[in-house]
Amino acid sequence: MRLLLCAVLMMGLYFPGKSQPKNYLVKIDALNKRIANGGDTVYIVNFWATWCGPCVEELVHFEKLNKDYSADKLKVILVNVDFRSKLQKTVIPFVKKRKLRSEVFLLDEKNQQEYIDNIDPAWSGAIPATLMVKGKQRKFFEEEFDYKKLLSQYLNIKK
Amino acid sequence: MMKRLLPLLLAFACFSATAQYTTLLPGRAAPDFNLKNTDGKNVSFKDYVKAKGFIVVFTCNTCPYAKAYEQRIMHLHKKYAPAGFPVIAINPNDPEVSTADTYEKMQALAKAKGYAFPYLFDEGQLTANAYGAKATPHTFLVMREAEGNMIRYTGAIDNDTENADPAQTKYLEDAIASLLKKEAPPVAVTKAIGCTVKRKKS
Repeated sequence: MRLLLCAVLMMGLYFPGKSQPKNYLVKIDALNKRIANGGDTVYIVNFWATWCGPCVEELVHFEKLNKDYSADKLKVILVNVDFRSKLQKTVIPFVKKRKLRSEVFLLDEKNQQEYIDNIDPAWSGAIPATLMVKGKQRKFFEEEFDYKKLLSQYLNIKK
Repeated sequence: MMKRLLPLLLAFACFSATAQYTTLLPGRAAPDFNLKNTDGKNVSFKDYVKAKGFIVVFTCNTCPYAKAYEQRIMHLHKKYAPAGFPVIAINPNDPEVSTADTYEKMQALAKAKGYAFPYLFDEGQLTANAYGAKATPHTFLVMREAEGNMIRYTGAIDNDTENADPAQTKYLEDAIASLLKKEAPPVAVTKAIGCTVKRKKS
C-alpha cells in the first residue's frame, strides 16, 4: 500500500505541469496580486471565451509562444470569461480537446463593470484582449494577435 | 488630377471602412431611424405618439450575452412601456458575417419568444454606426424632450450578465426611475459588455 502511494507520488513529481490546475476559478484580485509579485517574469494574460471566434483562433499563437519560450521567465495565462455555469460542460472539455498547455482559469467575478476597470480602465470589455506585464511595465491590448505581432510585443516587453 | 486623387480616395475608403465608431454619450441627440420590423413594417421614434422616451437596445440572435439578457429585455418592456418607455430592439449585425442573424432568423426568434416590442433589422448597419453601438447588448436610454430625443444613459442593463447576484446594480432601471422623477440618472455611462457588433467585412 505504501509502495503504491509512493509510486503515485513519484509519478506526480515526474510529470509536473502536465495537468491543468485543479482550481479553474480565479478572482481578479488574486490575479493582479500574482502579477504584481512576479518580479522580472513577463506575464501575458489573454482574455477569451469559447464562443468568441477570433479568441479561439488566436489561442494557438499564445500556446506557441509559451512553448517556444518555455526557457524564459514567461507565464502565459489564459483567462476565460465564459459564464461560470459553463465551466464543467463547455470550458473544461474545450481545454482538454484543444490540449491547452498554458494555465487556464475562468474568471470568477460577478461585477463586470468593476473587473474590467481593474484590468485596464481603457478596456471596453470586448474580447479578445491581452495584458502584458513585466514589473512596473503594463501594456494592454484590446485587439487580435497573430503570432508575429504577439512575438514582437513579447520581445519588446521582455527587454 | 484623377491619378493623384485615386490613391488618396482609396486610402480614405480603407480608413473609413475600418474606422472606430464613437459611442454617442448622454447629452447627445438620439438619431432617428426608419427600420424594418420582423412584421415587415417600418418603425421609427415618430410612430410612438405617447412615449416619454425609449429603451433602444442593440441586440441579436446569436451572442451569449444577448441571450442571457433576452428575458430581462422582455421584462423591461413589460414594466416600462406602460410608464412611457417602450423597448425598441435593433439587430446591428451584418447577416453575412453573422449568419444566424438574418432577417428571417430574427423573425423566427421574435415569433418564438413572443416579443411585444419591435425587433428591427439594421440594413447596412447605418443605425448602429450612427449610435456607435459597440456590442450586443448595448442600450441607449432616450428621453423625449423639448429640443428633441436626447440620450440620457448608455451602456449595460445591469452589472451582472449571469443574473446570479441578488445585489446587482440595475443601471438602466435606476436611470429610468430618475428620468421619471425629472432627475439626472445616478450613473449615466457604463461599459456595454457583450459580443462585438459584427460589422460588414470590407
